[in-house]
Amino acid sequence: MSDENAQGAQRHWEKTRTLTIIVLVVWAIFAFIVPWNAKALNSASFMGFPLGYYFCVQGSLAIFVALIWIQNWRQDQIDDELGVEE
Amino acid sequence: MQGKFTDNLGKVYGLYTLGFLGFFALMAIFEQLGAGARLIGILFLLFTIAIYALIGYLSRTTQVEEYYVAGREVPALYNGMATAADWMSGASFVALAGGIYFGGYPYLGFVVGWTGGYVLVNSLMAPYLRKFGCYTVPDFIGTRYGGNMARFCAVVILVVASFTYVTAQINATGTIASRALGIPFEIGVWFGIAGILVCSMLGGMRGVTWTQVAQYIVLIIAYLVPVIWMSNVQGFGLIPHFGYGDAVQRIAELEPQLGVGTAPAEKIAGLNVLTNLHNSPQGGYDSWRFFTLALCMMAGTASLPHILMRYFTTPSVRAARRSVGWSLLFIFLLYFTAPALATLTKLQLLDPNLATSVIGKTIEEVNNLDWIKNWAAVDMLRVIDSNGDGLLQINEFFMRSDIVVLATPEIAGLPYVISGLVAAGGMAAAMSTADGLLLAIANALSHDLYYKIIDPKADTKKRLIAARVLLLFIGVAGALVASLKLTGILGAVAWAFCFACSGLFFPLVLGVWWKRANREGAIAGMVLGFASGALYLIYIQNGGTQIAGLDGLRFGIIGMPISLIAMVVVSLMTPEPSKEIQDMVDQTRLPGGKTILDSAN
Repeated sequence: MSDENAQGAQRHWEKTRTLTIIVLVVWAIFAFIVPWNAKALNSASFMGFPLGYYFCVQGSLAIFVALIWIQNWRQDQIDDELGVEE
Repeated sequence: MQGKFTDNLGKVYGLYTLGFLGFFALMAIFEQLGAGARLIGILFLLFTIAIYALIGYLSRTTQVEEYYVAGREVPALYNGMATAADWMSGASFVALAGGIYFGGYPYLGFVVGWTGGYVLVNSLMAPYLRKFGCYTVPDFIGTRYGGNMARFCAVVILVVASFTYVTAQINATGTIASRALGIPFEIGVWFGIAGILVCSMLGGMRGVTWTQVAQYIVLIIAYLVPVIWMSNVQGFGLIPHFGYGDAVQRIAELEPQLGVGTAPAEKIAGLNVLTNLHNSPQGGYDSWRFFTLALCMMAGTASLPHILMRYFTTPSVRAARRSVGWSLLFIFLLYFTAPALATLTKLQLLDPNLATSVIGKTIEEVNNLDWIKNWAAVDMLRVIDSNGDGLLQINEFFMRSDIVVLATPEIAGLPYVISGLVAAGGMAAAMSTADGLLLAIANALSHDLYYKIIDPKADTKKRLIAARVLLLFIGVAGALVASLKLTGILGAVAWAFCFACSGLFFPLVLGVWWKRANREGAIAGMVLGFASGALYLIYIQNGGTQIAGLDGLRFGIIGMPISLIAMVVVSLMTPEPSKEIQDMVDQTRLPGGKTILDSAN
């Protein structure tokens, strides 16, 4: 591996790692923190649902789907930008 | 021929879907002409299984690459469907909505856990394992950490976790087959395993992939159609998913009036009365129960080899990532329907303003309902007038939780053809998961244990024969264990997730994310994590006191931290991995270039 390549690879990994950390933070919020506080959230209502319940049956799930697609879109950008795509 | 097939996938599966809908319409006409429920059920099962068997036969192969990873040419969208079928087991299809019906808020940890786990799969695992280019999950462990010992530990954990899981699936196929075909359960199990093996024996991963796509189409139609139909018949709206908030609120109103929470006067093994409130998180301990369950299910998702190996079959790293996105989207369709189904079915039984309600009616009237008679006849439901007032109270209505999905069409008064469709869907869900699991086990034993450890000089023909013999042997062993009916379906599934995350989660994640992780650390992490989880399970199963409410569904919470600590401590106490291994990790992190295993050869 030439130095330039190695540098590119290192920058690629740094960016990938940052993206992954951001994704995992969002994931943890909707996987754990929101359901943990379902009782408090239930006093609010969303589309006729108690809010805490809504997140456990639909909201968090939909956010997970969106999160994966957004992460992949951004990761593709990073790969293309640094020329490490397949 | 093969190239032609993958070029025409849209056409092939489009026609297949139309054909299935046509068959459904034909069955509906049959019913109008007077065919009985039994005949329709039999036709549904035989027709769908015959199609899967045909696909399995057409996908037969003698190539190693095709047998183990479907030739690495499965497009992202179709791999997403296949993964969704691989993933959604008999438990998701049959038991999930029933669990939500009876379990209330803490149970929703399964719903969040079994979807959120894919974020971990996508972020931490799938793209890197695809870049690695392995055939099996132990193949990654064995190559990354080096040495047969690490590989062997991974094989053992894989076999224990997947075998626990597969017996539950074979059990589910046996239950469905016995009910639909009217044969004893013990024979139904063998019927189920025969169907499963036909799909996987000849074509390996290739056959399983293309049958799983077909099975996903059947199972998702079979899940969505009854719920949407029921919603329209019962006036809950065109598409129920977004409007059942009112039903949730109405149930909360009815619960105190009907006395939900009063314990029943007697206990009946296997049957439940509704005692948990539908939506009543209490915070504190309740939140802890939710969190621990969700965490075990998520980490388990990201460590179960039959799921991870599906991402080895895509043409590229990018396609592997994209197919995780498709997988979760397809899984989401079922998972966000299940709570709607549970809620609306409960409302129909409870709300005295609805014609379908049973609670509060006279015992005599309830006992005369057709659907009550049908399910009571097979001991899945019972009505007992404990207080002798002649009226049915909520704690006098006993039901097996598994039948919520299966009975919904009958409760709502839908035609029999819907019940036949649901049986076919449940069968597809259980078969597709069992196929993936059996293949994961047989491949680990044939590739990692036999080829890599015992006889590295074995030629292709011998390897593929070994793979198939093992598949047959494990399938038969699974059917034998399943026919003993040791645990319930859902309990066994949760065990599998906890075994997998206790032993494999950190060795897999750190293999990519921590260059310093070495062989000694990985072995310590696998052995100690898995052993501590398993010992804790044995301890509580034999009446030991649970730590912090961690039961058999959650013992991964014990195994995972021990695995992590052992792996980090032992890695740091022993020399760092060689330069070659560290370069290999660098290469794994880059999407471009050849796979790791290809460049090694």
